[in-house]
Amino acid sequence: MLAKRVIVCLDVRNGKVTKGVKFEGNRDLGDPVEMGAEYYRQGVDELVFYDITASAENRAIDIEMVRGVAKNVFIPFSVGGGIRNLQDMRDVLLAGAEKVSVNSLAVKNPSIISDGAKAFGNQCIVLGMDALKVGESEITPSGYEVVVKGGRERTGIDAVAWARRAEELGAGEICLNSIDADGTKAGFELEITGKIARAVSIPVIASGGAGSPEHLAEVLQPQVGADAALVASLTHIDGYTVAQLKKAISDAGLPVRI
Amino acid sequence: MTATAGPGTVLIDYKAGNLTSVSLALSKVGVAHTISDDPDLVRKADRLVFPGVGAAGQAMSNLRSTGLDKALLEVVRRGDPVLGICIGCQILLESSEEDGGVECLGVLPGKVKRFDFSHLPVPRPKVPHMGWNPVEFLRPHPLFDGIANGTHFYFVHSFYPAPTNAKNTLGTTEYGGLSFTSVLDGGNVVATQFHTEKSGEPGVRLLKNFGSWKP
Repeated sequence: MLAKRVIVCLDVRNGKVTKGVKFEGNRDLGDPVEMGAEYYRQGVDELVFYDITASAENRAIDIEMVRGVAKNVFIPFSVGGGIRNLQDMRDVLLAGAEKVSVNSLAVKNPSIISDGAKAFGNQCIVLGMDALKVGESEITPSGYEVVVKGGRERTGIDAVAWARRAEELGAGEICLNSIDADGTKAGFELEITGKIARAVSIPVIASGGAGSPEHLAEVLQPQVGADAALVASLTHIDGYTVAQLKKAISDAGLPVRI
Repeated sequence: MTATAGPGTVLIDYKAGNLTSVSLALSKVGVAHTISDDPDLVRKADRLVFPGVGAAGQAMSNLRSTGLDKALLEVVRRGDPVLGICIGCQILLESSEEDGGVECLGVLPGKVKRFDFSHLPVPRPKVPHMGWNPVEFLRPHPLFDGIANGTHFYFVHSFYPAPTNAKNTLGTTEYGGLSFTSVLDGGNVVATQFHTEKSGEPGVRLLKNFGSWKP
């Protein structure tokens, strides 16, 4: 049976992995290549490297870092933050990444999804989206709105509608981050995760809010329907191993790769 | 390398996707190799790795227009070891349902079919089949040395190989209630539907095993 995936996200700032829940007061945690290799040894299913300052500084992702990861980690990994165009995507993929993640760029310019999917294949394109609970309204029938810039800027786009649109445009996967849950450690936002998982037929990665291994099992249950769960501080700060996370998923009767 | 030595292991570059990961994984386990799009070099290879992502139609037209299809078939017929990966696995069969029907290399009888779960109730299994799924080895094989039966490998695909003869199935995987061939066995040619280069330590072990395999 297809396993539920555990994905570790490494936010990279000035060449160091940082605790990326809040954009101010970052703490350096280590070297991205070394930390990626360590999670690989622990049996993580996938890694995400997110260059959190590249966009703001209008520069490309550190390709040497991507190469360093690819030499040490023989599982899929995606790279996001600082993808500006098809050439940036190509550079990252040729350096050994399996996927690229686009978020605010896709909101501004949705055709980057279809262009990327045509050039490199749907499986390469991950739509990252941040959703904020705003209540049901005419423009947000799902009750959730897409936000950008770490939640500071609203877009007027309904989260479920955006997920459907991204799928139509050729995204291979959606990484859904709940701004409400992010940093709370109270568990993933099950409502919007479920709505999006039911609305699209591409895999959905749940992100934001994990505070315990059991929270992963919760969002991966068929009733909610996430295919993968993404964590950061749970492993970086709280010190859980990938094996401990997977044990909780397995104990809940869900298939994992041990 | 002496002047009379062959090119050794060749990783075929037929512009069907990205070779970086396969090349890095081969290097990691000490399988020296040359990346080449030159049919003359491919023809002389002692050992071939035939990867690929993307669509069968594009892959076949790239192979034909470069003459790499004939070079590859020469190595296959000579009996030297060949490892196909993903699209490189699928197009070993006679035809694919992808792109409205594509004639493939025909190294092994059978065709490539699309996952079709339209008969199942919603929510249906997602297509592409993406992620880690166990592979059942139907019999021992030198490429599986040191790898436990039922090990998870990493898959990304919407089409799957359906060989005509059961003897050409070396490994199977279950998805959406369908058991499909995830490892093809054609004697000196073995091919995996999964991305062995992205399948962690068992995946690189399979590449290492291939590097010393004598079919």
